[in-house]
Amino acid sequence: MALSATLPKPATASAAPPAAKPSPVPRAATPDWSAIARDPRFVDLATRKNRFLFGLMAISIVYYFLLPIGAAYFPELFKIKVWGPLNFGLVFAFSEFLVAWGIAFIYTRRANDEFDRLSAEIRNDVMERLS
Amino acid sequence: MTSLSTKLAGLATLLLFAAPEAFAQAAGAVAPEFRWLTFVVFGAIIAMTMYVTYLAARRVSNASQFYAAGRSVTGVQNGWAIAGDYLSAASFLGIAGLISLYGYDGFMYSVGWLVAYITVLLLIAEPCRNIGKYTLGDILAFRNDPKKTKTVAAISTITVSIFYLTAQMVGGGVLVKTLIGIDYEVSVIAVGVLMLAYVVFGGMVATTWVQIIKAVLLVTASLLLVFFTWMPYGFSLPGFLEAAISDPKIQAQVAKLIGDPATNMSLTELGQRFLEPGLYLKNPIDQISLGLALVLGTAGMPHILMRFFTVPTAKDARVSVIWAMAIIGGFYVLTLFLGLGAAMNVGAAKISAIDAGGNMAAPLLAQYIGGGAESMLGNLFLAFVAAVAFATIVAVVAGLVLASASAMSHDIWVGVVKGESATPEQEVRAARISSVIVGIVAIGIGIAAKGQNVAHLVALAFAVAASSNLPAVLLTLYWKKCNTKGVVLGMTLGAGTAIGLVLVSPNMTYPNAVRAANEPIVAAAPAKIEGLQAQLALADAAKQTELTAAIAKAEADAKAAQAKIDAVAGQTTSMVGLSAPLFTLKNPGIISIPLGFLGVILGSLLLRERRSEEMWDELYVRQHTALHAEGATAH
Repeated sequence: MALSATLPKPATASAAPPAAKPSPVPRAATPDWSAIARDPRFVDLATRKNRFLFGLMAISIVYYFLLPIGAAYFPELFKIKVWGPLNFGLVFAFSEFLVAWGIAFIYTRRANDEFDRLSAEIRNDVMERLS
Repeated sequence: MTSLSTKLAGLATLLLFAAPEAFAQAAGAVAPEFRWLTFVVFGAIIAMTMYVTYLAARRVSNASQFYAAGRSVTGVQNGWAIAGDYLSAASFLGIAGLISLYGYDGFMYSVGWLVAYITVLLLIAEPCRNIGKYTLGDILAFRNDPKKTKTVAAISTITVSIFYLTAQMVGGGVLVKTLIGIDYEVSVIAVGVLMLAYVVFGGMVATTWVQIIKAVLLVTASLLLVFFTWMPYGFSLPGFLEAAISDPKIQAQVAKLIGDPATNMSLTELGQRFLEPGLYLKNPIDQISLGLALVLGTAGMPHILMRFFTVPTAKDARVSVIWAMAIIGGFYVLTLFLGLGAAMNVGAAKISAIDAGGNMAAPLLAQYIGGGAESMLGNLFLAFVAAVAFATIVAVVAGLVLASASAMSHDIWVGVVKGESATPEQEVRAARISSVIVGIVAIGIGIAAKGQNVAHLVALAFAVAASSNLPAVLLTLYWKKCNTKGVVLGMTLGAGTAIGLVLVSPNMTYPNAVRAANEPIVAAAPAKIEGLQAQLALADAAKQTELTAAIAKAEADAKAAQAKIDAVAGQTTSMVGLSAPLFTLKNPGIISIPLGFLGVILGSLLLRERRSEEMWDELYVRQHTALHAEGATAH
């Protein structure tokens, strides 16, 4: 469904309750925010993005806290030597760096490929309607 | 303006070069005859940053330039600036020091500082760039009552920044004294004046460049040190670790740390123990509490948030966090080598003899690598690291002062007092005046807090940011029902709990405990020294130096213990009148962060507000689509 279908013409935008209108930065032309917020493409973008972001966030927090918890409650595991004096604890600590960088990489790739494109489409549609 | 900036630059240079009597005290790590080297290196850094400030001062004419560098900083530049803002002396020298004294635990401690940027990247950077303007208050005021939220946000920003600032000023003053031997007060004033010159004349433009220059220097210094530390082992990780665990100095340090059980362990086992957890971090709950404060607090730090307003688009904000994570993470991996290298080559005994917290590990390693205390190259390396440490303090303090000054001028004066009606010229003037006020307060606090234990203030700053700023920002951005009352209640409750718990925590000085811990040391000292002297009389030449050092150390320990007892003479209770801590954790985050979130949620649900919910659609759309985001300004 095209965004333009859900967007009222700028002239009729004033039909919305005035309290919803004020923006901290007054502009000559203000989009109808609630119409965009209801547009299926926007709803789809926001839902996908939030699910992805909070999912990654949860993984990152859980993985991070495994380190102090493991060091405190499973010290024998952390002492197992895997490569010369290099033990599991050090490998796990290094893996924290790799996981953090990995999450950043995964997020950036999806944001560059997908989120940026979707939000640009919505933005262009809105700007076209307004001009 | 320019003539004034030249005067200020001159004053700063004068402070460093033309007052030899101020530097008369000799007790620094840099030997007096090589101190000029530090001044030359640091002079070069000052000259470079002052030139950048001079160029910036001509550009900074409106609020967008002053607070946000005209939103013309590139993603890569901003990534370096974030790293420069974030890698304070505490992480540069402190973590290397912890690793050199306690091995694995020091390295584990560094992880949280990087993971923190995941929160920044995923949840905060881009939405804040899309809806924000200059300050934390701007983000919160978007859909909430502007005057109320800007007031609370400004108070919180200033509180967090002052805690962090005090730790930096006092820590920096002590550090510079230990490194170079400059008087504490002189170094606090020098840091303050330099920082003010950058902030007042160059605003965010100069602050950004000072942070970039400092980050590049810091990374260069660390890479060089690690290169030379690792080279003898053919850049092999097991080879390097093998050398570490077979090092007698590391084995001796472990034996000292674990006490009695050491007698049943072989030397290799002792060495290997250095690479295992548990030598420093003893309380897992406290650690998780600190971890929470780091992981959630960094994203609520006003001076970090502010950096995202300096780039032109949300995508640049994303790029800057990626660069910052690469630099900061890479740096912490290097600290493992710096710390272990210092433990092997310098030794924990020598490192902690100069500074009990281990802050001298990296500088002493630099001296060793260059050829030792007697060599010119060794002292040049040490001088370079000392100068980078000084630049680090100045850059971090500049970011903090700019964040507090923006909260004062943009949120309080323009937003609340003038009702958003100030002209651009008035706003920039207000920002400059605020910077001077905050700068003078920072210098004052730095001097007043001389000799105080301020190490816990950094953790407190993160805890307050995580308990107050983060819940407010996160729920404003992602929860439809969030409103003014929730934000005000949550921020007050979160910050109040964090500060309150620290006041009754083991971080405070409890005179009775100080006496109980130190009196036995003083009492045992004469017998210990006598015993060592008896050994010395019989010892051969090789053993003599070691024993003489041990005697000196015992005398110094006794003197230090006596000084601690004297400092609490006549007192029986802590600052808030307690004889023992009420709260057993050093880090309040595990309690105060959930309370901050709870406050925002309860306040919002109990006292519903029409405007906050009506503005939700606009905020939500703009945060995801960058529609109507503040653009870059021409200059």
